[in-house]
Amino acid sequence: MKKNGMSARRRAYEILMRGAMYLAMGITCALVLFLIFYVLIKGGANITWELLSTTPSYLSGRIGILPDILNTLYIIAATLVIVLPLGVGAAIYLTEYAENKKVVGIIEYAAETLSGIPSIIYGLVGMLFFCQFWGMKTSLLAGALTLVIMNLPTIMRTTQESLKSVPQSYREGAFGLGAGKWRVIRTVVLPSSVDGIITGCILSLGRILGESAALLFTAGFAHALNGFFDGLTSAGATLTVALYVYAKEQGEFGVAFAIAAILMVLTLLINLTATLVGRYFKKRRDI
Amino acid sequence: MSEIIKVKDLCLWYGSSQALKNISMDIPERSITAFIGPSGCGKSTFLKTLNRMNDLIPDVKITGEVKYDGRNIYGPGVDVNDLRREIGMVFQKPNPFPMSVYDNVAYGPRTHGIRSKAKLDEIVEKSLKNAAIWDELKDRLKKSALGLSGGQQQRLCIARSIAVKPEVVLLDEPTSALDPISTAKIEELIDELKREFTIVIVTHNMQQAARCADVTAFFYLGNLIEVGQTMQMFSTPNDRRTQDYITGRFG
Repeated sequence: MKKNGMSARRRAYEILMRGAMYLAMGITCALVLFLIFYVLIKGGANITWELLSTTPSYLSGRIGILPDILNTLYIIAATLVIVLPLGVGAAIYLTEYAENKKVVGIIEYAAETLSGIPSIIYGLVGMLFFCQFWGMKTSLLAGALTLVIMNLPTIMRTTQESLKSVPQSYREGAFGLGAGKWRVIRTVVLPSSVDGIITGCILSLGRILGESAALLFTAGFAHALNGFFDGLTSAGATLTVALYVYAKEQGEFGVAFAIAAILMVLTLLINLTATLVGRYFKKRRDI
Repeated sequence: MSEIIKVKDLCLWYGSSQALKNISMDIPERSITAFIGPSGCGKSTFLKTLNRMNDLIPDVKITGEVKYDGRNIYGPGVDVNDLRREIGMVFQKPNPFPMSVYDNVAYGPRTHGIRSKAKLDEIVEKSLKNAAIWDELKDRLKKSALGLSGGQQQRLCIARSIAVKPEVVLLDEPTSALDPISTAKIEELIDELKREFTIVIVTHNMQQAARCADVTAFFYLGNLIEVGQTMQMFSTPNDRRTQDYITGRFG
């Protein structure tokens, strides 16, 4: 018994626990793989060039998701264009300029709370505030602005974290040469934190791509083909919203799965880009 | 020798704890002044008051005056950025920016409005030559400064600070993170630099002060205990505490 230092009971227990962990891992993997392959196979079969390149028509019974793809791109572009300067600017103020650390702490805490709120609440507020109070009606712009509020905390916090990770000695060095505050930020601090800002951007991009609840209220369901600026002022469904509409209201599960597959591939690509970009900038900083 | 900086009754508080107590001393032009003393004695803090680097720390209160070129640098209407161009600083840990060697040296001149490529080339070459590192770096000007050795980085930082043509260069324990060979090179360099610049150096290494400095000041617990010609300080100190410190009785 003493020879291998473990009693039979303890050994059985060890084996049991190891088995339990394997099982947990196995179930997790199986679920993820099942989901991915189920969606890709079911959706992939329904992706046709016609689906990707046309608009839907009730007359001919044709279904096309080109407007939804474009709407998704418009909303991503509009949201990022607004949220980036706001979020990065706020982060720069909070980390580089703000003197009252207490207020900064409160704002950071509020931002963290804000990022945990269910998105449907943003949708409701967006609808009341942008669509009705500001009279934007149901439009992509109202949707984009709602997403701006949703993603502001993410961009702000990730930017802040990367600004904080810039060594204080860089700032001292630049101040010691007589550089002003903004010059130090622009030439030394920001270039060293670009990777963090890009990571935040890509995180937000994923969130925008996957958002549906907030957009149901604010951006609407239309499938009209529009240019960028016309698109912003009119209602339009993004891919996720279209997925909901096709599956729930029209019973077109084939189309819904096709959209799901497209979204999944896009998400994969975004994650991959995030990893690669992060690695690229890290490498560039370390040369 | 005329005095370039005159300090009178300078006190400094971090919050409610007083770090400097009624410091008065003059810094002679075109010479090397060393500040020595045990850790926490206020020598680095005092050095940083000379170009207002303490402004970066919240909750610092300063009274008294520091006159540079006849003007109180804590008086109204002083442009801190101009002041720091004239009184530059080299830090304890080498802190090159994550840019190329060239861009590091050109950072200061560009900050102060020099755009011409030819002019910048000339400044970069001259500064690197002055910092005795041109021969080592002339073929890697476009390479990242972070790839240099610690000693090279520190000499690059010195080149960077003299590229803006300051009057005074403050060095805050510039060799404490370096090996003996790099240290010797920097000491040699400092001795060269005093022909063009006024050098103020903080060191915890008494041999370094004895080797390089013309004037040495001894700080203890926020007080300036004694200041005088280095030779005289190390051979016949006036104050008992100075003698105890330089003979290694505490520190």
